[in-house]
Amino acid sequence: MIDRRTFCKKSMLLVGGLALPLAAFELFDPRKLLADKSDPAKERWVFLVDTEKCVGCGYCVHACKVENEIPYEANVTRTWVERYVVTKDGKSHIDSPKGGRDGFTAGRIEIGEGKHEEIRGEDVNKAFFVPKLCNQCENPPCVQVCPVGATYATADGVVLVDRKWCIGCGYCIMGCPYGVRFFHPVYHVAEKCNFCYHRITKGMKTACVDACAFDARRIGNINDPADPVTRIIVTERVSILKEEYGTKPQVYYLGLSKEVK
Amino acid sequence: MVHGELWTVKEYFVYPNEYIYWTIQIVMYPFMTGLVAGAFVLSSLYHVFGVKQLKGIARFSLVFSFALLPVAMMPLLMHLLQPQRGIEVMMTPHFTSAIAAFGIVFTTYGMIVASELWFVYRQHFVETALELRQASEPTLALRLRLLLFTALTLGAWDVSEHALEKDERAVRVLAGAGIPVACFLHGYAGFIFGSVKANALWMTPLMPVIFICSAVVSGIALCIITYIVTMELRKLLVAWRRKQEPGLPSTEELKSAEIQVVTITARYLIMFLVFAITLELLDLVFRGYTAVKSWDILRSVIYGKDFVSIFVIQYGLGNLVPFILFLLPRLTIRRAVAGTLLVLLGVFMMRWNVVIGGQAFSSSFSGFMHYHLPIWPHSLETFKEGFFGALTVAVTPFVLFWFINKVLPVFKESH
Repeated sequence: MIDRRTFCKKSMLLVGGLALPLAAFELFDPRKLLADKSDPAKERWVFLVDTEKCVGCGYCVHACKVENEIPYEANVTRTWVERYVVTKDGKSHIDSPKGGRDGFTAGRIEIGEGKHEEIRGEDVNKAFFVPKLCNQCENPPCVQVCPVGATYATADGVVLVDRKWCIGCGYCIMGCPYGVRFFHPVYHVAEKCNFCYHRITKGMKTACVDACAFDARRIGNINDPADPVTRIIVTERVSILKEEYGTKPQVYYLGLSKEVK
Repeated sequence: MVHGELWTVKEYFVYPNEYIYWTIQIVMYPFMTGLVAGAFVLSSLYHVFGVKQLKGIARFSLVFSFALLPVAMMPLLMHLLQPQRGIEVMMTPHFTSAIAAFGIVFTTYGMIVASELWFVYRQHFVETALELRQASEPTLALRLRLLLFTALTLGAWDVSEHALEKDERAVRVLAGAGIPVACFLHGYAGFIFGSVKANALWMTPLMPVIFICSAVVSGIALCIITYIVTMELRKLLVAWRRKQEPGLPSTEELKSAEIQVVTITARYLIMFLVFAITLELLDLVFRGYTAVKSWDILRSVIYGKDFVSIFVIQYGLGNLVPFILFLLPRLTIRRAVAGTLLVLLGVFMMRWNVVIGGQAFSSSFSGFMHYHLPIWPHSLETFKEGFFGALTVAVTPFVLFWFINKVLPVFKESH
């Protein structure tokens, strides 16, 4: 028969003895293990748009549609160019017919439902173009809301969509404040710009960057201090779109104006 | 044509990829889950809180809630562009998404309702099975029926007083546990919208609570109206059958019982209606008062483009008119019918104004989108995302109810 004193002693011994090996256990985060084996991600892709240089030719939109097989006539696009015309009465007139694919040759502004608004040259205070594309946010709301994890961020910072896994609920489209997502007209799953991931991972530039004759679009690696794009981002006054949503966009703009949506 | 282009008309500057992607089926989804949750809460008022006057409608609303359950996910499936992958939400849930909780909440809730129903109807299963066993020359239909009821008893044949008491206790516990789950089922539907930071109209922490309150309102309204319809049918049936069996209750007896149940239930409806409107108005006032960046465009949608559907149909016809109809003394069946139908319209319009209204403006805050509901289907897409798709969703619970009622009779006492 064991007495109380020995029982307590032996129990404490047992607990102490068990605790020692238990302390050796640690819950591993698989990503942490991966990071231990190799260097931290060599690349973090970022984009730089110089709106001062954009002339609204639309070659980037054209090149993107062809490269990424978005049906040419479909009214959706991975990248687009917006035209801003600010008149003397302080109003801003914005349009992007066909995503700016065919350039902005006419002076009139598209106002939807097939209607246009004529704007006289002498009424214009300022006018400029703003190219748009996926911001590859560091805190992407689209990745957060996907119910099946079909959209995800890669280690080098690009948000991708798995066409074989997407259920087509559209929650990511709703969750994106920038309106970059849409349903692919052929595959019927969520679709968006991915910085031409198939090209940049092979050392090429994106289709839109290659198509831009004015150097308004540039892609770079923010983890490389010697990268000319990184030099501009860290030394010059750059802005981002819709900072208030806390998405931490990775597309940087030069020469943005307060009218830009 | 791109998905969404068919029913979206753009005005002023809208981003090129923006369309009304969430359409009528996403209006139906919170509407239907709301009915499920509301019907369950109504039945729980009797089972948990012992509101005796609701006994007549409690069992009815529980069965109806069960019939509505499968229909809650129908609109989601019809809306998906890849419906065959819909099951992945349950198989590979990505838990940072509000939708991923659907599988778990929905299954939990379904199991609670099913087991509560089992305890409520266990005595009926046993009695029916025993009765069927005695049939001298069973036909194939009778034998199948016997098999069904024997299976439904799950081998629990004890119908002694002690056992039945235990059943009642189980019902009370399950109904109690079901209330938070039902509220969660619907509150999280509100969360799906309320947590979309990209949408200025949707993003408010009040959304889940508003959704729950209006859910209970619509659930009670639907129970009242369906209850009245079935009672009217019963009255006709009883009047016809009384010629052969004078022992059945008279039409007057049924009528007085009916109006009593309706009056009491309507009181609960009004209570939740007041909660719902208060919260909705609070939200509106708050938005106007704080007037953040999005308020300019929201104001032009709320007070301009959607004025009729928000203030005239939703608040006026759907809330104010039924409020007066129910509060006027000496409620009649006819007035109750008008009131509940208007309440249902009001809640439906609330869902409409949230889902479609939330997409009535571009996230550029510089343009608008107008929605044109496809009526006549000329393709699978226009059926699924059109009027007839929504109608299919709306009719299914009644068809299911008719079938379930064959096994779980709602008005057992008088049969």
